[in-house]
Amino acid sequence: MAHSPFILQEQQFQKIKAILARLCVECAARVVFLVDRDGQTIAFHGDIGDMDTTSFSSLAAGNVAATSSMARLIGEDAFPAVVHEGERESIFISVIGRSLLVVVFDERSTVGLVKLRTKRASYEVAATLDEAARATAAYSFSTSVFSEITDEDIDSLFS
Amino acid sequence: MTFINYASREINCKIVYYGPGLCGKTTNLQHIYDSTAPQAKGKLISLATETDRTLFFDFMPLELGTVRGFKTRFHLYTVPGQVYYDASRKLILKGVDGVVFVADSQEERMDANIESLYNLEENLQTQGYDLNELPYVLQLNKRDLPNVIPIDELTHELRKKDEPVFEAVAMDGTGVFDTLKAVAKQVLTELRKG
Repeated sequence: MAHSPFILQEQQFQKIKAILARLCVECAARVVFLVDRDGQTIAFHGDIGDMDTTSFSSLAAGNVAATSSMARLIGEDAFPAVVHEGERESIFISVIGRSLLVVVFDERSTVGLVKLRTKRASYEVAATLDEAARATAAYSFSTSVFSEITDEDIDSLFS
Repeated sequence: MTFINYASREINCKIVYYGPGLCGKTTNLQHIYDSTAPQAKGKLISLATETDRTLFFDFMPLELGTVRGFKTRFHLYTVPGQVYYDASRKLILKGVDGVVFVADSQEERMDANIESLYNLEENLQTQGYDLNELPYVLQLNKRDLPNVIPIDELTHELRKKDEPVFEAVAMDGTGVFDTLKAVAKQVLTELRKG
Protein backbone atom coordinates (compact mmCIF):
# COMPACT_ATOMS: atom_id res chain seq x y z
CA MET A 1 0.00 0.00 0.00
CA ALA A 2 0.96 3.67 -0.20
CA HIS A 3 2.79 4.99 2.82
CA SER A 4 0.66 6.80 5.40
CA PRO A 5 0.12 10.51 4.81
CA PHE A 6 2.24 13.05 6.65
CA ILE A 7 0.29 15.85 8.31
CA LEU A 8 1.68 19.23 9.26
CA GLN A 9 -0.53 21.05 11.73
CA GLU A 10 -0.71 24.84 12.03
CA GLN A 11 1.39 24.91 15.23
CA GLN A 12 4.34 23.00 13.77
CA PHE A 13 4.07 24.89 10.49
CA GLN A 14 4.41 28.21 12.33
CA LYS A 15 7.39 26.89 14.31
CA ILE A 16 9.10 25.86 11.09
CA LYS A 17 8.34 29.22 9.48
CA ALA A 18 9.95 30.96 12.47
CA ILE A 19 13.08 28.77 12.25
CA LEU A 20 13.39 29.46 8.53
CA ALA A 21 12.89 33.21 9.02
CA ARG A 22 15.65 33.35 11.61
CA LEU A 23 17.99 31.20 9.53
CA CYS A 24 17.40 33.40 6.50
CA VAL A 25 18.55 36.47 8.47
CA GLU A 26 21.46 34.70 10.18
CA CYS A 27 22.81 33.38 6.87
CA ALA A 28 22.10 36.58 4.96
CA ALA A 29 20.36 34.24 2.55
CA ARG A 30 18.06 35.16 -0.30
CA VAL A 31 15.57 32.42 0.53
CA VAL A 32 15.41 29.30 2.70
CA PHE A 33 13.25 26.25 1.94
CA LEU A 34 12.24 23.18 3.85
CA VAL A 35 11.47 20.43 1.34
CA ASP A 36 10.23 16.90 1.78
CA ARG A 37 12.58 14.28 0.30
CA ASP A 38 9.76 13.37 -2.09
CA GLY A 39 10.04 16.86 -3.55
CA GLN A 40 7.19 18.72 -1.90
CA THR A 41 7.67 22.17 -0.44
CA ILE A 42 6.92 22.18 3.29
CA ALA A 43 7.66 25.87 3.90
CA PHE A 44 9.92 28.68 2.76
CA HIS A 45 10.99 32.16 3.82
CA GLY A 46 12.67 34.94 1.88
CA ASP A 47 12.70 36.56 -1.50
CA ILE A 48 11.46 34.09 -4.12
CA GLY A 49 11.03 36.69 -6.86
CA ASP A 50 9.50 34.86 -9.80
CA MET A 51 11.08 31.54 -8.83
CA ASP A 52 8.93 28.47 -9.48
CA THR A 53 9.12 27.06 -5.95
CA THR A 54 7.28 23.81 -6.77
CA SER A 55 9.74 22.91 -9.51
CA PHE A 56 12.65 24.05 -7.37
CA SER A 57 11.65 21.69 -4.53
CA SER A 58 11.13 18.79 -6.87
CA LEU A 59 14.54 19.30 -8.46
CA ALA A 60 16.26 19.74 -5.07
CA ALA A 61 14.81 16.40 -3.96
CA GLY A 62 15.86 14.76 -7.23
CA ASN A 63 19.33 16.20 -6.80
CA VAL A 64 19.72 14.82 -3.27
CA ALA A 65 18.26 11.47 -4.28
CA ALA A 66 20.83 11.19 -7.07
CA THR A 67 23.81 12.31 -4.98
CA SER A 68 22.80 10.00 -2.11
CA SER A 69 22.78 7.06 -4.52
CA MET A 70 26.16 8.15 -5.86
CA ALA A 71 27.44 8.25 -2.26
CA ARG A 72 26.42 4.64 -1.73
CA LEU A 73 28.16 3.61 -4.95
CA ILE A 74 31.46 4.94 -3.60
CA GLY A 75 30.95 3.40 -0.17
CA GLU A 76 29.54 6.41 1.71
CA ASP A 77 26.24 6.09 3.58
CA ALA A 78 25.08 9.47 2.31
CA PHE A 79 26.21 13.02 1.67
CA PRO A 80 24.70 14.97 4.56
CA ALA A 81 25.16 18.23 2.69
CA VAL A 82 25.37 19.28 -0.94
CA VAL A 83 26.71 22.62 -2.20
CA HIS A 84 26.31 24.17 -5.64
CA GLU A 85 28.34 27.34 -6.13
CA GLY A 86 27.39 29.67 -8.93
CA GLU A 87 28.87 32.92 -10.14
CA ARG A 88 26.25 34.98 -8.31
CA GLU A 89 23.81 32.61 -6.57
CA SER A 90 24.66 29.45 -4.67
CA ILE A 91 22.69 26.65 -3.04
CA PHE A 92 23.42 24.76 0.15
CA ILE A 93 21.32 21.68 0.94
CA SER A 94 21.40 19.97 4.31
CA VAL A 95 19.70 16.58 4.66
CA ILE A 96 17.60 16.22 7.81
CA GLY A 97 16.08 12.76 7.92
CA ARG A 98 13.22 12.80 5.43
CA SER A 99 13.56 16.52 4.77
CA LEU A 100 15.96 18.94 3.16
CA LEU A 101 16.89 22.38 4.37
CA VAL A 102 17.80 24.38 1.27
CA VAL A 103 19.51 27.77 1.51
CA VAL A 104 19.83 30.00 -1.56
CA PHE A 105 22.42 32.72 -1.04
CA ASP A 106 24.57 35.19 -2.98
CA GLU A 107 27.84 37.09 -2.49
CA ARG A 108 26.52 38.71 0.70
CA SER A 109 27.11 35.36 2.45
CA THR A 110 29.58 32.48 2.41
CA VAL A 111 29.34 28.69 2.38
CA GLY A 112 31.07 28.58 5.78
CA LEU A 113 28.54 30.90 7.39
CA VAL A 114 25.59 29.10 5.82
CA LYS A 115 26.92 25.73 6.92
CA LEU A 116 27.46 26.92 10.48
CA ARG A 117 24.06 28.56 10.89
CA THR A 118 22.21 25.72 9.18
CA LYS A 119 23.55 23.19 11.66
CA ARG A 120 21.66 24.64 14.63
CA ALA A 121 18.52 25.21 12.60
CA SER A 122 18.68 21.58 11.44
CA TYR A 123 18.33 20.31 15.01
CA GLU A 124 15.34 22.56 15.60
CA VAL A 125 13.68 21.55 12.34
CA ALA A 126 14.29 17.88 13.11
CA ALA A 127 12.68 18.25 16.54
CA THR A 128 9.64 20.02 15.06
CA LEU A 129 9.23 17.40 12.34
CA ASP A 130 9.45 14.65 14.98
CA GLU A 131 6.67 16.45 16.82
CA ALA A 132 4.64 16.52 13.58
CA ALA A 133 5.33 12.82 12.98
CA ARG A 134 4.05 11.96 16.46
CA ALA A 135 0.95 14.08 15.87
CA THR A 136 0.43 12.35 12.51
CA ALA A 137 0.68 8.92 14.15
CA ALA A 138 -1.97 9.93 16.67
CA TYR A 139 -4.23 11.45 14.00
CA SER A 140 -7.51 9.68 13.49
CA PHE A 141 -8.47 9.67 9.82
CA SER A 142 -11.74 7.91 10.56
CA THR A 143 -13.06 10.97 12.39
CA SER A 144 -11.29 13.60 10.25
CA VAL A 145 -12.55 15.82 7.47
CA PHE A 146 -10.91 13.41 5.00
CA SER A 147 -13.24 10.57 5.97
CA GLU A 148 -16.09 12.77 4.74
CA ILE A 149 -14.72 12.99 1.19
CA THR A 150 -17.39 11.60 -1.12
CA ASP A 151 -17.18 10.21 -4.64
CA GLU A 152 -19.06 13.34 -5.76
CA ASP A 153 -16.34 15.55 -4.20
CA ILE A 154 -13.71 13.68 -6.18
CA ASP A 155 -15.71 13.71 -9.41
CA SER A 156 -16.25 17.45 -9.08
CA LEU A 157 -12.47 17.99 -9.30
CA PHE A 158 -12.59 16.79 -12.88
CA SER A 159 -15.78 18.45 -13.96
CA MET B 1 3.56 9.91 0.56
CA THR B 2 0.61 12.26 0.67
CA PHE B 3 1.56 15.48 2.43
CA ILE B 4 -1.23 17.38 4.15
CA ASN B 5 -0.52 20.93 5.26
CA TYR B 6 -3.24 22.17 7.59
CA ALA B 7 -1.80 25.67 7.70
CA SER B 8 -1.99 26.22 3.96
CA ARG B 9 -4.97 23.83 3.59
CA GLU B 10 -3.24 21.72 0.94
CA ILE B 11 -3.13 18.06 0.02
CA ASN B 12 -0.12 17.08 -2.10
CA CYS B 13 0.06 13.68 -3.80
CA LYS B 14 2.63 12.05 -6.08
CA ILE B 15 1.68 10.08 -9.19
CA VAL B 16 4.29 8.29 -11.30
CA TYR B 17 3.92 7.29 -14.95
CA TYR B 18 5.88 4.09 -15.55
CA GLY B 19 6.47 1.97 -18.65
CA PRO B 20 9.01 0.90 -21.26
CA GLY B 21 11.07 3.32 -23.35
CA LEU B 22 9.12 5.33 -25.95
CA CYS B 23 5.72 4.09 -24.70
CA GLY B 24 4.38 7.64 -24.33
CA LYS B 25 4.83 8.59 -20.67
CA THR B 26 6.20 12.04 -21.46
CA THR B 27 3.54 12.48 -24.16
CA ASN B 28 0.85 11.88 -21.51
CA LEU B 29 2.31 14.65 -19.35
CA GLN B 30 2.78 16.93 -22.33
CA HIS B 31 -0.89 16.54 -23.26
CA ILE B 32 -2.04 17.22 -19.70
CA TYR B 33 0.21 20.27 -19.63
CA ASP B 34 -1.03 21.59 -22.99
CA SER B 35 -4.70 21.05 -22.09
CA THR B 36 -4.70 22.54 -18.61
CA ALA B 37 -5.51 26.13 -17.75
CA PRO B 38 -2.37 28.14 -16.81
CA GLN B 39 -3.60 28.81 -13.25
CA ALA B 40 -3.96 25.07 -12.57
CA LYS B 41 -0.45 24.03 -13.49
CA GLY B 42 3.19 24.79 -12.82
CA LYS B 43 6.04 24.39 -15.26
CA LEU B 44 6.65 21.12 -17.05
CA ILE B 45 10.21 20.20 -16.16
CA SER B 46 11.97 17.66 -18.37
CA LEU B 47 15.36 16.30 -17.45
CA ALA B 48 16.05 14.84 -20.86
CA THR B 49 18.96 13.92 -23.09
CA GLU B 50 19.86 15.94 -26.16
CA THR B 51 17.64 13.61 -28.18
CA ASP B 52 14.65 14.27 -25.91
CA ARG B 53 14.75 10.90 -24.16
CA THR B 54 13.93 11.18 -20.46
CA LEU B 55 17.19 11.08 -18.52
CA PHE B 56 15.98 11.40 -14.93
CA PHE B 57 12.33 12.45 -14.84
CA ASP B 58 9.64 14.77 -16.19
CA PHE B 59 7.63 16.65 -13.62
CA MET B 60 4.59 18.86 -13.53
CA PRO B 61 2.42 20.02 -10.64
CA LEU B 62 -1.31 20.03 -11.31
CA GLU B 63 -3.88 21.69 -9.08
CA LEU B 64 -7.27 20.12 -9.52
CA GLY B 65 -9.41 22.15 -7.18
CA THR B 66 -10.65 22.02 -3.62
CA VAL B 67 -11.94 19.08 -1.62
CA ARG B 68 -13.46 19.77 1.79
CA GLY B 69 -11.61 23.08 1.95
CA PHE B 70 -8.23 21.61 0.97
CA LYS B 71 -6.50 22.45 -2.30
CA THR B 72 -5.55 19.19 -4.03
CA ARG B 73 -2.27 19.24 -5.86
CA PHE B 74 -0.96 16.29 -7.82
CA HIS B 75 2.73 16.06 -8.61
CA LEU B 76 3.02 14.09 -11.84
CA TYR B 77 6.32 12.36 -12.62
CA THR B 78 7.52 10.10 -15.40
CA VAL B 79 10.44 7.72 -15.12
CA PRO B 80 13.06 7.13 -17.82
CA GLY B 81 11.94 4.00 -19.65
CA GLN B 82 15.24 2.76 -20.99
CA VAL B 83 16.47 -0.35 -19.21
CA TYR B 84 19.80 1.08 -18.04
CA TYR B 85 18.22 3.95 -16.09
CA ASP B 86 16.95 1.64 -13.37
CA ALA B 87 18.66 3.52 -10.53
CA SER B 88 16.75 6.67 -11.51
CA ARG B 89 13.44 4.79 -11.69
CA LYS B 90 13.91 3.49 -8.14
CA LEU B 91 14.50 7.02 -6.84
CA ILE B 92 11.41 8.44 -8.50
CA LEU B 93 9.16 5.79 -6.98
CA LYS B 94 10.04 7.01 -3.49
CA GLY B 95 6.99 8.48 -1.81
CA VAL B 96 4.64 7.51 -4.65
CA ASP B 97 0.88 7.62 -3.99
CA GLY B 98 -0.32 6.19 -7.30
CA VAL B 99 1.12 4.61 -10.45
CA VAL B 100 0.05 4.65 -14.08
CA PHE B 101 1.60 1.93 -16.22
CA VAL B 102 1.73 3.09 -19.84
CA ALA B 103 1.94 0.06 -22.11
CA ASP B 104 2.97 0.26 -25.75
CA SER B 105 0.30 -1.65 -27.70
CA GLN B 106 2.57 -2.53 -30.63
CA GLU B 107 3.24 -6.21 -31.07
CA GLU B 108 7.02 -5.82 -31.12
CA ARG B 109 6.96 -4.00 -27.76
CA MET B 110 5.19 -6.73 -25.83
CA ASP B 111 8.38 -8.11 -24.30
CA ALA B 112 9.42 -4.59 -23.29
CA ASN B 113 6.04 -4.09 -21.59
CA ILE B 114 6.37 -7.30 -19.61
CA GLU B 115 9.94 -6.53 -18.62
CA SER B 116 9.00 -3.02 -17.50
CA LEU B 117 6.01 -4.26 -15.51
CA TYR B 118 8.18 -6.81 -13.75
CA ASN B 119 10.71 -4.04 -13.08
CA LEU B 120 7.94 -1.86 -11.61
CA GLU B 121 6.87 -4.57 -9.18
CA GLU B 122 10.45 -5.24 -8.18
CA ASN B 123 11.31 -1.55 -7.67
CA LEU B 124 8.11 -0.94 -5.70
CA GLN B 125 9.03 -3.80 -3.42
CA THR B 126 12.48 -2.29 -2.90
CA GLN B 127 10.76 0.89 -1.71
CA GLY B 128 8.43 -1.01 0.60
CA TYR B 129 5.31 -0.97 -1.59
CA ASP B 130 3.06 -3.72 -2.85
CA LEU B 131 1.54 -3.06 -6.28
CA ASN B 132 -1.58 -4.95 -5.22
CA GLU B 133 -2.21 -2.39 -2.48
CA LEU B 134 -1.29 0.75 -4.41
CA PRO B 135 -3.61 2.99 -6.48
CA TYR B 136 -2.85 1.78 -9.98
CA VAL B 137 -4.11 2.18 -13.55
CA LEU B 138 -3.12 0.40 -16.76
CA GLN B 139 -3.09 2.48 -19.94
CA LEU B 140 -2.85 0.75 -23.32
CA ASN B 141 -1.29 3.44 -25.47
CA LYS B 142 -0.71 3.88 -29.22
CA ARG B 143 -4.04 2.28 -30.17
CA ASP B 144 -3.97 4.21 -33.47
CA LEU B 145 -1.03 2.27 -34.86
CA PRO B 146 -1.60 -0.57 -37.36
CA ASN B 147 0.35 -3.34 -35.66
CA VAL B 148 -1.30 -3.32 -32.24
CA ILE B 149 -2.18 -6.34 -30.14
CA PRO B 150 -5.94 -6.78 -29.50
CA ILE B 151 -7.18 -5.21 -26.26
CA ASP B 152 -8.30 -8.52 -24.72
CA GLU B 153 -4.93 -10.10 -25.27
CA LEU B 154 -2.98 -7.10 -23.93
CA THR B 155 -5.21 -6.83 -20.90
CA HIS B 156 -4.86 -10.54 -20.20
CA GLU B 157 -1.06 -10.28 -20.35
CA LEU B 158 -0.57 -7.03 -18.46
CA ARG B 159 -3.40 -6.60 -15.99
CA LYS B 160 -2.12 -7.29 -12.49
CA LYS B 161 -5.26 -7.00 -10.41
CA ASP B 162 -8.64 -5.40 -10.97
CA GLU B 163 -7.12 -2.06 -11.98
CA PRO B 164 -8.96 0.19 -14.45
CA VAL B 165 -7.71 -0.23 -18.03
CA PHE B 166 -7.85 2.58 -20.59
CA GLU B 167 -7.17 2.61 -24.30
CA ALA B 168 -5.20 5.67 -25.29
CA VAL B 169 -3.59 7.62 -28.07
CA ALA B 170 -1.52 10.02 -25.98
CA MET B 171 -0.40 11.93 -29.10
CA ASP B 172 -3.93 13.26 -29.62
CA GLY B 173 -4.98 13.07 -25.97
CA THR B 174 -7.38 10.14 -26.24
CA GLY B 175 -7.65 8.40 -22.87
CA VAL B 176 -5.08 10.65 -21.18
CA PHE B 177 -7.44 12.44 -18.79
CA ASP B 178 -9.52 9.28 -18.17
CA THR B 179 -6.31 7.62 -16.99
CA LEU B 180 -5.32 10.53 -14.77
CA LYS B 181 -8.79 10.81 -13.31
CA ALA B 182 -8.90 7.11 -12.47
CA VAL B 183 -5.61 7.11 -10.62
CA ALA B 184 -6.31 10.43 -8.84
CA LYS B 185 -9.66 9.09 -7.70
CA GLN B 186 -8.04 6.01 -6.21
CA VAL B 187 -5.42 8.14 -4.43
CA LEU B 188 -8.07 10.37 -2.85
CA THR B 189 -10.17 7.35 -1.93
CA GLU B 190 -7.12 5.92 -0.12
CA LEU B 191 -6.82 9.22 1.75
CA ARG B 192 -10.27 8.70 3.20
CA LYS B 193 -8.93 5.59 4.87
CA GLY B 194 -5.78 7.34 6.08
